[in-house]
Amino acid sequence: MNAKAIVVTSGKGGVGKTTTTANVGAALAKLGEKVAVIDTDVGLRNLDVVMGLEGRVVYDLIDVFEGRCKLKQALIRDKRVENLYLVAASQTKDKSALSESRMQDTVKELLGEEGFDRVLIDSPAGIESGFQTAASAADGALVVVNPEVSSVRDADRIIGLLEARGVHEVKLIINRLRPAMVKRGDMLEVDDVLEILGIKLIGIVPEDEKILVSTNIGNPASLEDSSKLGAGTAFRTIARRIRGEDVPYPVLEASGGGLFGALRRLLGGN
Amino acid sequence: MFGMFGRKRSKDQLKERLKLVLSYDRAGLTPGKMEELKAELMAVIGKYFPAKDTDYDVRLEQQGDRMVFVANLPMSAEGR
Repeated sequence: MNAKAIVVTSGKGGVGKTTTTANVGAALAKLGEKVAVIDTDVGLRNLDVVMGLEGRVVYDLIDVFEGRCKLKQALIRDKRVENLYLVAASQTKDKSALSESRMQDTVKELLGEEGFDRVLIDSPAGIESGFQTAASAADGALVVVNPEVSSVRDADRIIGLLEARGVHEVKLIINRLRPAMVKRGDMLEVDDVLEILGIKLIGIVPEDEKILVSTNIGNPASLEDSSKLGAGTAFRTIARRIRGEDVPYPVLEASGGGLFGALRRLLGGN
Repeated sequence: MFGMFGRKRSKDQLKERLKLVLSYDRAGLTPGKMEELKAELMAVIGKYFPAKDTDYDVRLEQQGDRMVFVANLPMSAEGR
């Protein structure tokens, strides 16, 4: 992706925005980029705990917006990966403290003076001011969707709003895919979702218990989990694709089934 | 279309439902408004070409990047 400031969004809550932000952010940093992840879910911050950095928060995004600290002071250095930094959301303020112009200034400063290569902006659920603020500073988007009815409908709405805002590079992450259900015909397959939403895919992440385990201990799975078909590897692959690498899609289901065919087609072959 | 036990695969139903609901969402229309539009269209067209309600086919359709309003109105000879 050419976009340097990427909003991670979905419309619907609970589909994996924060997990995606933490895992892709960590993987990008591991690949050598200087990365800032920003939590814009003011009042309901969680990116700090998912990354295991909750004990290090001193200043937050709203402190920066309201001039109580310098941006540099709100940058929390990750404990495992060099070049990875978090800006936490405020837990005490509400969304009225957000400002599109301050958000844009903050991202500009990160990509400018602070020398960051990439900024990932974790958007809150919904389509109101929190999402709008998060999207206002972005030139690209990762839309996270689960293959189920309300998530797909909300993603369609979000894609429309991103286009209306002029966010150019919009890519889809299908998260929590369950190959066994796809094979039974009880879950939308990758091609179905792409056909319905009409945007380009950048990653397929399988449902994986290890994600819960890794968030329990505050350690992004993309740094640890090396199993070939696990979610950790899927998130690492997304990071590589963001950096422009052409990584083939693995076959998540070994025999028969629609997903197999869908993945094959995505590979551009047979 | 049918799984190994002959039942309709739930994902096919979901796909159809999603396509329909998204066509209304994208057009900023509700299914109810669509029915109203259909009724009004019929009242006007019916003055010139009377036909049964079921002869009219009015719906939204995705054509590539755009949403189009499709009205298939047979010019029935009935009632002339």
